[in-house]
Amino acid sequence: MNLDLRIPMGMMFTLVGAILSAFGLATKDRVGFYAQSLGINLNLWWGLVLLVFGLTMFLLGRRRQKQLASLPPEPAEKGEVRRGH
Amino acid sequence: MLNLTSVDWLIMLLYFVFVLGIGFALKRYMKTSKDFFQAGRALPAWICGLAFISANLGAQEVIGMGASGAKYGLETAHFYGIGAIPAMIFVGIFMMPFYYGSKARSVPEFLRMRFDEKTRALNACSFAVMTVFSSGISMYAMARLIQALHVFDGLFRALGWAPEGIFTFSICLSALIVLLYIFLGGLTSAIYNEVLQFFLIIAGFLPLVLIGLRNIGGWSGLKASVPMQYMHEWKGVAHASTNPMGIEIIGLGMGLGFVLGSGYWCTDFLVIQTAMASKNMESARRVPLIAAVPKMLFPFLVIVPGILAIGLPTPHTTTVVRTVNGAIIHETTVVSAQVSEGRGLVPAKINPVTGKAMLTASGEPLLDYDMATPNMLLHFFPTGILGLGLTALLASFMSGMAGNVTAFNTVFTYDLYQSYIHKGGSDRHYMAVGRWATVGGILLSIATAYAAINFNNIMDTLQLVFSFVNAPLFATFLLGMFWKRATGHAAFTGLIAGTATAMLHHGLTLPIEARPGIHGGWIAVLHHYPSDMAQNFWTAIFAFSANFIVTVVVSYCTKARPEAELVGLVHSLTPKPDRAHIVWWKKPEALAVAVLLGAVALNIFFY
Repeated sequence: MNLDLRIPMGMMFTLVGAILSAFGLATKDRVGFYAQSLGINLNLWWGLVLLVFGLTMFLLGRRRQKQLASLPPEPAEKGEVRRGH
Repeated sequence: MLNLTSVDWLIMLLYFVFVLGIGFALKRYMKTSKDFFQAGRALPAWICGLAFISANLGAQEVIGMGASGAKYGLETAHFYGIGAIPAMIFVGIFMMPFYYGSKARSVPEFLRMRFDEKTRALNACSFAVMTVFSSGISMYAMARLIQALHVFDGLFRALGWAPEGIFTFSICLSALIVLLYIFLGGLTSAIYNEVLQFFLIIAGFLPLVLIGLRNIGGWSGLKASVPMQYMHEWKGVAHASTNPMGIEIIGLGMGLGFVLGSGYWCTDFLVIQTAMASKNMESARRVPLIAAVPKMLFPFLVIVPGILAIGLPTPHTTTVVRTVNGAIIHETTVVSAQVSEGRGLVPAKINPVTGKAMLTASGEPLLDYDMATPNMLLHFFPTGILGLGLTALLASFMSGMAGNVTAFNTVFTYDLYQSYIHKGGSDRHYMAVGRWATVGGILLSIATAYAAINFNNIMDTLQLVFSFVNAPLFATFLLGMFWKRATGHAAFTGLIAGTATAMLHHGLTLPIEARPGIHGGWIAVLHHYPSDMAQNFWTAIFAFSANFIVTVVVSYCTKARPEAELVGLVHSLTPKPDRAHIVWWKKPEALAVAVLLGAVALNIFFY
């Protein structure tokens, strides 16, 4: 398949991670905001984890795509592959 | 009450955008029906492997396993250790060579190649009906959960819509999204989104388990706060009376492990379709094995939240008296009867007429176990990550539906439409039929979801009928693949005999504490089982045995097919492929041994 799943998936988790950690930073000093999560700023920490995961996936997918693009015997440009017959 | 802010909505929206975006991005690769129905048979093994378990990781799994964890404790992990892992190893090592190697495009098509037309027709019809109903049930469960959690209440208030529309809105929204991405990208789209959902579930539930464990004082704290038998998977399993589920070892091992587990993981096209989409034989065989690795670890993610929910302290109405600057302040936290009559975070079921908790026969409050996992999310997650948790739940519902829908459109198009309605059409035509079958399948699912509101028993009845049809299946495949003498007439009669036996057994037995009717005993009550799960497992054992015996007997009475026709379909007649060039640790067998050792180690740990 020509679309490497890791690219959109990495993008999504990067964005979610960025949003969560930014929100976590913004709400860091609000009193009582994190009482239900035992005083742990879940948004910030888990957001950072997801950010790292998303970036890793994205970069892996990109690297793979570049590898495929640099292979000479791959005529698959713009998906013009003839299948079967 | 649930209070969602714009961050939660943003995350949910982001997920929907990406789900649809993947569908649109894949649209231009959908050139032939093979691309649409079989993902071009070109996907890498790890993607198919994660989709293999995600297809099963629908609502029933995430909510149901949490509920079961709250009700029975760690014994629920048997559904993984016995019910899934061995079957997944078996299908990867022994059965996949025939599914993938036969070039069949669906499981019913394999039955036609191995047996005959009527066996395929029987299997295709029952399977098509079941997938549509299952996706309808999944839709219904999701809409009910959205209602119970008040996810869209704020949105509806803001827009000035009547709250009665939430059920319809949830159903239409999920149906539309699933429809769009499958219509555009076919099986590839479904598989990609299942993988996305797999990671979302981990992203949403891992922090939940970690923070829940931290609150209760770690693993040892969890052990201390629930009854002793909750934390043992195997202790007490020798006798029905000494374990929470009321099942003895033979019913468990044979019924769950051999018949039900294998029947599902080895024959259900819903999961097999993902393995058949991989790029070559070695990958296809590795798919279920790759899937088994995260599957072993999933009890931590889906069962433990349920046990935690039971173990945490039950909230009660409390009043705290504080003095601030000389003024005395009474802070009262009011908790509804639903919450305070429950256990831990699991609420009691409330009788809507009296407003009091419903009681069981022994006077205990009846608990609404299905709320265990959702309540954990609401209890621990502040806004922000709460949006992520809810998105993970929604994603699991939608991908459960999507797997059913792609299985339906493939079986409908290839096994019913192409075989019996319109033969010899162009490839383009069948692809169009597949797209419209997707629309039809989703419309039928919506109808099922609405039927479930009006008829209280419809879900139980449907699930009962499925169990009758599914229970004997594994015997047919086992004999078909490993015994060259098995014939088409025999397979057909065997399947019917198996289903009939399942119905008969159900009609003659009854779980203790149940009245004759939907739970069994509708012919006469000859035997009482300690629990409905025990009855379930034994129904499956009887159905399997009946199918097995009838198929063997009828095979000997009918004429066998010539051996030349069965090459590639039966184990003993299929030449072993030359695999000397593959390094030993890259072979599926090596992975299988590793998975097996891991599963044994986990079972010892949970003993």
